[in-house]
Amino acid sequence: MRKSFGDAIADDLRYALKACIGEENFIDMQPNKSNNYCCGGGGGFLQSGFPEERRGYGKIKDDQIKETGATYVIAGCHNCHAQIHDLSEHFGGGYHVVHFWTILCLALGILSPKERAYLGPDLKKVNVFHDEIEVFEV
Amino acid sequence: MAETAIKLGGKRKPNLLDELREMLPQGNLNLCLTCGLCSSGCPSSSFDDMDPRKFLRMLSLGMDEEILASRWPWFCSMCQRCSRVCPMQIDIPQMIYKLRQKVPRSERPKGILHSCDAALANESLSAMGTSPEDFEWIVNDVLEETQTDQPEFKDLEAPLDKEGAHFLVNQNSREPMTEPDEMVPLWKILHQVGASWTYPKTAWAAENYCLFMADDEGWEHITRKAAEVTDKLGCKIFLNTE
Ligand code: SF4
Ligand code: SF4
Repeated sequence: MRKSFGDAIADDLRYALKACIGEENFIDMQPNKSNNYCCGGGGGFLQSGFPEERRGYGKIKDDQIKETGATYVIAGCHNCHAQIHDLSEHFGGGYHVVHFWTILCLALGILSPKERAYLGPDLKKVNVFHDEIEVFEV
Repeated sequence: MAETAIKLGGKRKPNLLDELREMLPQGNLNLCLTCGLCSSGCPSSSFDDMDPRKFLRMLSLGMDEEILASRWPWFCSMCQRCSRVCPMQIDIPQMIYKLRQKVPRSERPKGILHSCDAALANESLSAMGTSPEDFEWIVNDVLEETQTDQPEFKDLEAPLDKEGAHFLVNQNSREPMTEPDEMVPLWKILHQVGASWTYPKTAWAAENYCLFMADDEGWEHITRKAAEVTDKLGCKIFLNTE
């Protein structure tokens, strides 16, 4: 956002997301868009071997998310996904972290049981495409 | 009063600031107002008793040894929150990137180093070391299974090296290696909208740890290879999914 396409693309994403989940189910964190805080997964932080500082950095993001009271967080990339997932577990927030493609396919009714790894129990069984497909948890 | 003016002897030794000067607007660190906007908005402020403004002050005081010994450059996520609000347009993350380069390559954080080296050692440029053959096999395996189990998607595609496709799509190694089913929703969306797309067989890996390593050569290698395969296949748009 801040580093490349700017707020216009943040607005596009919000438009698409709200179309999937309904306007009333979207809660923006504060501050947001170009003023938002980085989650602390980027720049190599996740792989650099400083977990204490990485989580300390991410604490701001964790607080922002908890403040919204939301159960699901959409992550923009794999680094964010891994970092926010870790923050949720580490600081006990218990919120779920998903990629946007999961939500889009869920809304379109084409998300099979196998493609629901990051959905929580509340959404695992909602609008399932080919319910008969079995998933073996590893 | 002294008979003659006192002259400070010797030549000033070039320091870190001289090296970083070209990154400063007008080459002048005195432009920094010490307002602290950078530090107040940086989530890494306070770790190891450091913050962006302090880092700049130390730089201007010539405290090179202390700066070079600091772990702090690795606590910066390069998020640019500081430079965005800096009234003097001082690009702090760019300076931190240069500082990372001052650390001998082999002494940079192992996790990043290994991922960068792994990517440079295979044609996929995969930090997880996934070969082009393995990627192709996994993609086709997941595709066939989806076509069979979900007959509405019997025409689903996940092409590799398809010439003339509009979009060239890359893929983080994490999916093919650890959660291949996570690739399917993206394929479905591209299919639903009728997009013409392809993965490349080589340089398909979206991650670029050499960038985090501040390894200019490795970074450029990875970026160039991805651009070359996009051109070779005649794709119009390079879609970075990372
Ligand atoms: S925001 Fe800019 S001017 Fe202010 S202290 Fe930081 S670097 Fe200096
Ligand atoms: S780019 Fe680095 S120094 Fe600047 S705000 Fe982000 S983490 Fe802090």
